[in-house]
Amino acid sequence: MYDYTDFDRAFVRERVAEFRDQVERRIAGSLTEAEFLPLRLRNGLYLQLHAYMYRIAIPYGNLNAWKLRQLAYIADRWDKGYGHFTTRTNIQFNWPKLRDVPDMMDALADVEMHSIQTSGNCIRNVTADHFAGASADEIEDPRPTAELLRQWSTDHPEFLYLPRKFKIGITGAPNDRAVTKSHDIGIIVVRNDAGEVGYEISVGGGLGRTPMIGKVIRDFLPKADLLPYLEAILHVYNRSGRRDNKFKARLKILVHEEGLEWVRARVEAAFLERRAAMRPVDPALVAAIAAGFAPPVFEAPAPVAPIVGAGLRAWVDTNVAPHKLDHYGIVTISLKPIGGTPGDATSEQMRLVAELAEAFGHDEIRVSHEQNLILPHVPRRHLPEIYARLKAAGLATANIGLVSDIIACPGMDYCTLATARSIPIAQGISSAFADLDRQRDVGPLKIKISGCINACGHHHVGHIGILGLDRAGVENYQITLGGDGTETAAVGEKTGPGFAYDEVVPAVERLIEAYLDLRTEPGETFLDTYRRVGMGPFKAALYEEARSDAA
Amino acid sequence: MAARKFQPQMATGNDLIEGDVVYFTSTGGWSRHIGDAALAMSPETADDLLTRASAFPNRVVGVYLVEVRLDDRGRAAPAHFREEFRTRGPSNYPQHGRQAE
Repeated sequence: MYDYTDFDRAFVRERVAEFRDQVERRIAGSLTEAEFLPLRLRNGLYLQLHAYMYRIAIPYGNLNAWKLRQLAYIADRWDKGYGHFTTRTNIQFNWPKLRDVPDMMDALADVEMHSIQTSGNCIRNVTADHFAGASADEIEDPRPTAELLRQWSTDHPEFLYLPRKFKIGITGAPNDRAVTKSHDIGIIVVRNDAGEVGYEISVGGGLGRTPMIGKVIRDFLPKADLLPYLEAILHVYNRSGRRDNKFKARLKILVHEEGLEWVRARVEAAFLERRAAMRPVDPALVAAIAAGFAPPVFEAPAPVAPIVGAGLRAWVDTNVAPHKLDHYGIVTISLKPIGGTPGDATSEQMRLVAELAEAFGHDEIRVSHEQNLILPHVPRRHLPEIYARLKAAGLATANIGLVSDIIACPGMDYCTLATARSIPIAQGISSAFADLDRQRDVGPLKIKISGCINACGHHHVGHIGILGLDRAGVENYQITLGGDGTETAAVGEKTGPGFAYDEVVPAVERLIEAYLDLRTEPGETFLDTYRRVGMGPFKAALYEEARSDAA
Repeated sequence: MAARKFQPQMATGNDLIEGDVVYFTSTGGWSRHIGDAALAMSPETADDLLTRASAFPNRVVGVYLVEVRLDDRGRAAPAHFREEFRTRGPSNYPQHGRQAE
């Protein structure tokens, strides 16, 4: 975990004091709403359908017990006792009062957290592989790089007023768990033929109204060149990105309209200038950051009792991933109880996870973009006790990667931008597949739901994607198939006409039944099957069966 | 094409401090009960309603007009589902929002 320096502490406290003053002036009436709006947004405070919403940054999804307990405290003290973990690995509180927000910010600063740059046309929270530092497939832990980027991008004077928001994702492993190709800049740690570690850099990825898979602009960038290279990309975007149309203002549109070569030529030229002008990052700083992410002192292998009991076995099979050490596991705590709200955790649940991380997991906790919590370093001998305690708190649903491990944005239950609800659709699908044996039979399947075209629910990269729209004053849901958020990233394809609110769950059931009929063997996943047979049979299952049911 | 038939309207916004949904009333104030909302029955009165409702910039933010439907007994309900959700609260937590009161 990165610890704040005196500089960080002073910066965050100053920002709290500044915002406290701004809130007081707004309440007193000396700031208008038009003046106040950009000020609150740059501090993560939105006004939504039923209340304010306060979005807090969790840099690259990293937490420890100290921080998570404070989030639980904030939930109890100033909100309604729960928080919502988002697809950008942040946390949102849905019910704060304007007057209380400066106090919430101070409480965050107490644990070295803040809400800066969680909104606005700036570089947002950098997201990273949630298995960073723990998985066996990793070339290098991406978090020191992510932290360097956090420091570089926070309050960067040149990049606070970009044409549009800007997202960076990074992974240190070839298996892309961080959806890097859907980011404005995607970074993958790679090794070149000479055995040196560097970065593959992609640009122009993004979901939203115009989904694009990022294109590789540099297949090997030496580590020391990262900041000047990223500055060059941002510089070209800042200068040439469109500002005339909000919907065409993201980097992906510039890359699409001008072409990758056009962008690359300008980036490479700007890079040479920047590299010559920028002081290299102080090696002492790099070393200090890296030290903050040193691996924990792992325990020696110890005898592990056999896993007994069907519930525990199923949970270990589904929710515990291999760790780089055989006697450790990576535990994913599902925030997707059957019929529940994806990504929500109560304050009590947060405190339990904090306690488990401290007792059994070297005090490390991660938030995944898939809206779950992760204990990245858990000795396998502790799994039975962890399972038992999670189960008692409703946190042991053995569904990671399965039908009910659904990503869903808050949708029209909270969000002003939404055009339809997404949470109850997720709840409905999850309840329809409540039987975990049935889910395991279906196998790996990623369902992702967005309540509007902005695609916070990543529907474009869902194996089954669902997009809620407003069609003539009625909620209507468009289904896409074949999306993929991994290293084989792809945007899903629309099936055809949309479905009414009540028709979505049966439609998903028909798709899954069709898959079960079509697969050649249980090992052929939904995505494999779709790639083999194409849209036709699924479309038939969706529309022809619907017609015959109605007849 | 004929102009769309005028639908009765009411003015709504969110309370500056609490952030919750409020409606502009016929007595020129704000209420948390949709039943208290003033109704505009013509385009001219709708413009006037919005002007009057917008005169509280330090109390209510994001003021706008919404279309309503009237039932047999003249009670108003929002015509669009978004506004209907705003009268209730989030569908995943019936214990939160206006629906819990």
